[in-house]
Amino acid sequence: MLDLTPKEVKERSALRINPCKTCQPVGAMYAALGVAKCMPHSHGSQGCCSYHRMVLSRHFKEPAVASSSSFTEGTSVFGGKANITTAVKNIFEMYNPDIIAVHTTCLSETIGDDLNSFIIDLQIPEGKRVVHCNTPSYVGSHINGFFNMMMGFMNYLTGKTGMPTGKTAIFPGWVNPGDIRELKRIAKAMKVNTVFFPDQTGVLDAPMNGKYEMYPEGGTPIEEIQNLGDSNGLIALGEITCVEPAELLEKKWKVPFTLLPMPVGVAYTDQYVMALQNQSKHEVPAELETERGRLVDLMLDSAQYTTGKKVAIFGDPDVVIGLTSLALEMGMIPRYVITGTPKEEFTRKVEELFSQYATTGCTVKANADLFELHQWIKNERVDLLLGSTYGKQIARAEDIPFVRAGFPVIDRYGGPLQPIVGYAGGIRLVEQVVNALLDRFDRDVADEDFEIVL
Amino acid sequence: MNKSVLKERESSICDRRESPRSISCERESVSGAVSQRACVYCGARVVLNPITDAYHIVHGPIGCASYTWDIRGSLTSGEDTFRNSFSTDLRETDIVFGGAKKLTAAIDELMEKAVPSPKLIFVFATCIVGVIGDDIEAVCRLAEKKYGIRVIPVKAPGFSGTKSQGYKLACNAIMNLIRPYAKQPKRFGINILGDFNLAGEMWIIKGYLEKIGIPVISTITGDSSYKTLIQAPSAMLNIVQCAGSSAYLAELMETEFGIPSLRVSFFGIEDTTTSLLRVADFFGKMEISENARKFAAEQTANIMPVIEKYKPHLEGKKAAIFVGGGFKAISLIRQFNELGMEAVVVGTQTGKKEDYEVMGTLVNSNAVILDDANPAELERFMTEKQADILVGGVKERPLAYKLGMAFCDHNHERKHPLAGFEGIENFVKEIHKSINSPVWKYVC
Repeated sequence: MLDLTPKEVKERSALRINPCKTCQPVGAMYAALGVAKCMPHSHGSQGCCSYHRMVLSRHFKEPAVASSSSFTEGTSVFGGKANITTAVKNIFEMYNPDIIAVHTTCLSETIGDDLNSFIIDLQIPEGKRVVHCNTPSYVGSHINGFFNMMMGFMNYLTGKTGMPTGKTAIFPGWVNPGDIRELKRIAKAMKVNTVFFPDQTGVLDAPMNGKYEMYPEGGTPIEEIQNLGDSNGLIALGEITCVEPAELLEKKWKVPFTLLPMPVGVAYTDQYVMALQNQSKHEVPAELETERGRLVDLMLDSAQYTTGKKVAIFGDPDVVIGLTSLALEMGMIPRYVITGTPKEEFTRKVEELFSQYATTGCTVKANADLFELHQWIKNERVDLLLGSTYGKQIARAEDIPFVRAGFPVIDRYGGPLQPIVGYAGGIRLVEQVVNALLDRFDRDVADEDFEIVL
Repeated sequence: MNKSVLKERESSICDRRESPRSISCERESVSGAVSQRACVYCGARVVLNPITDAYHIVHGPIGCASYTWDIRGSLTSGEDTFRNSFSTDLRETDIVFGGAKKLTAAIDELMEKAVPSPKLIFVFATCIVGVIGDDIEAVCRLAEKKYGIRVIPVKAPGFSGTKSQGYKLACNAIMNLIRPYAKQPKRFGINILGDFNLAGEMWIIKGYLEKIGIPVISTITGDSSYKTLIQAPSAMLNIVQCAGSSAYLAELMETEFGIPSLRVSFFGIEDTTTSLLRVADFFGKMEISENARKFAAEQTANIMPVIEKYKPHLEGKKAAIFVGGGFKAISLIRQFNELGMEAVVVGTQTGKKEDYEVMGTLVNSNAVILDDANPAELERFMTEKQADILVGGVKERPLAYKLGMAFCDHNHERKHPLAGFEGIENFVKEIHKSINSPVWKYVC
């Protein structure tokens, strides 16, 4: 079943098969949902908005609210100014957000809509805000959309009063609410006063209380974004996703930043903790040291089953870099490492990891797709697949154990509530990986070798 | 109307107490609305996607291909080709210099390597393809000539209308495919139009028809293939399940191939029975009509105990319905009536005026009927009417739960068939499971 993939690999330059990425606007929508009382607005055809809301709803199992300019045939000829003007008026009247975050689409970009001037001409109600960013779908991937929206907010809102907020800004990158909670917990343990931007906790993991809130309690407050320029410092997590927003904040308001990989696994979480320590000059509390110890203990206990196992890792660049680092820490061989996002920086980072662990014979590729990954696996099998739901066809066709992580995971529940970052996230991932391997071992093993104790 | 409804939207909402009949529908959505609606491309894609051995190439930036990869649970008994995602993944340089070359190259790459070798390719042009001036018709024509296969363009920019417009484009593409086979002798048998074999529903309906003695020639498009589709012109009758998407195709086939059509619905006892009998009676053969009556009676007798078993748990509960097409909404109202439940809010994305009129006759006088509803309106009316359950699609599920309401997916994410008599059992069980879940006790 689902096994059309021929073994023989042939270079393709025009045809994309089974993508490992999607387009910019969905990233912008996700980033905007991490701002308090914000309505993400898609300036384009209605389908774009509908698709993005659908994929977010499928991943988070939550409502994902966003509005659309609802382009028509006329718009494609005369431009979208009338649409955005009507839309903004309607949105404030009907849905009453504090802020509207507009992102463009391939269509509004191609017809040359100038959102800068459109927004200047808007009549915006007192105390309300409209920001925008450009998210041409034919450049980069959804990751670009995410950081472009971050920069859109910062371009419109940030300032510097010269009165330090005493806070450290943290850009968590594209992670789940469960991850942000964990990152916050660690920062709190390190006694760092933080502001997270964006922050989807509470918004895309809103609790069940029988009420529907269009803007659930959560998201970075607008004032906090305005004050980012007065932060003590910035820790930006995700070297691909957050580099441009971090550089922007430094350029605009001279806020020094530390750019780190997404803190997945021991080493990368250590780096996050150290960066926090730099901010607070506070001792690492016993609580965190114990947690770290528990993660390392688990890795050692299970090392006999993970060492030397080959894994294929795919997904968004920063999460893949983090997962690759953890896999190497567990003694696994990251045989194939891909992202669909076209960023050569990704390849360089992963190659650095390979050489750091003196690993040879592994393949890394950016701008790749899952069809290609499948072909590689057909030529040389792996023991485990690690990535988003879209790997499940490969996992089934090749009968490979599969652990889900990253975006989107649309066929399992509870993921977005839990972390993969931090020591706690590491414990969760190691457990999932080891148990997936052992479940397979128990399934395949001959009766006489079937054991109670492993 | 209160603040949760935009002024421009008021004519698209019909509160049965205020204005019993007229509703404004088939309009474009209002800019700024959080509409649940999709686009022209989406309409075309969902109709053609279930053709199992077709290579569906999405010509445009990657998003439109990503979001529709294996998007609906259309089951196949043949090839799996359609469950992969093919795209030209247009980049900035393509936007500047045109994407036609890349499309040609993509088709070439597919033809060189694909297994099984393509017989049929659909090329979907998304929003910007027309704007950058790609002549995809010319590319497709050349590819057809070069490879001797069918390469059919579907020009579906998202902005060029509503999702219904996309359905029409899909119907035209199907006509484009089967027209060369128009001159076939007619034979005894029918086509099923507008069923997409979600969770195997097409197989159920096909099974019923074959059981009562009516062969099914072609299924459009659930579990179809190039080979089965081109036999469609030889049928004596088309039956149309999802009218929203396929009534137009039936009209075209009637005009061009002389095949009459019947609108059917295989949801609920009443509509399933009526549909079976109407199809059977069409042929004017005593034996088939007899078979159909006997079969429907047997099946009804089988299913009644199931309904009776669950009815006490469901009677008096209130339902909100928000689905794509009007005909399905009508069937659902009837199904709820059969269960002793009451439809208090009914909305569709693409309902037609006639559909809304029928709905008006089936619901109580205090029900609300909406065209192209958005979450704020759904929320307002479901809360106001105190609905216990919402029947809808993927975007409505979390909304219903947040409101403390039960939910049933009657769209792409249904995991078991809801059509036919088997479907009634699944539907009733699902409604029961959701409304009477113990989890509700813990919602404060």
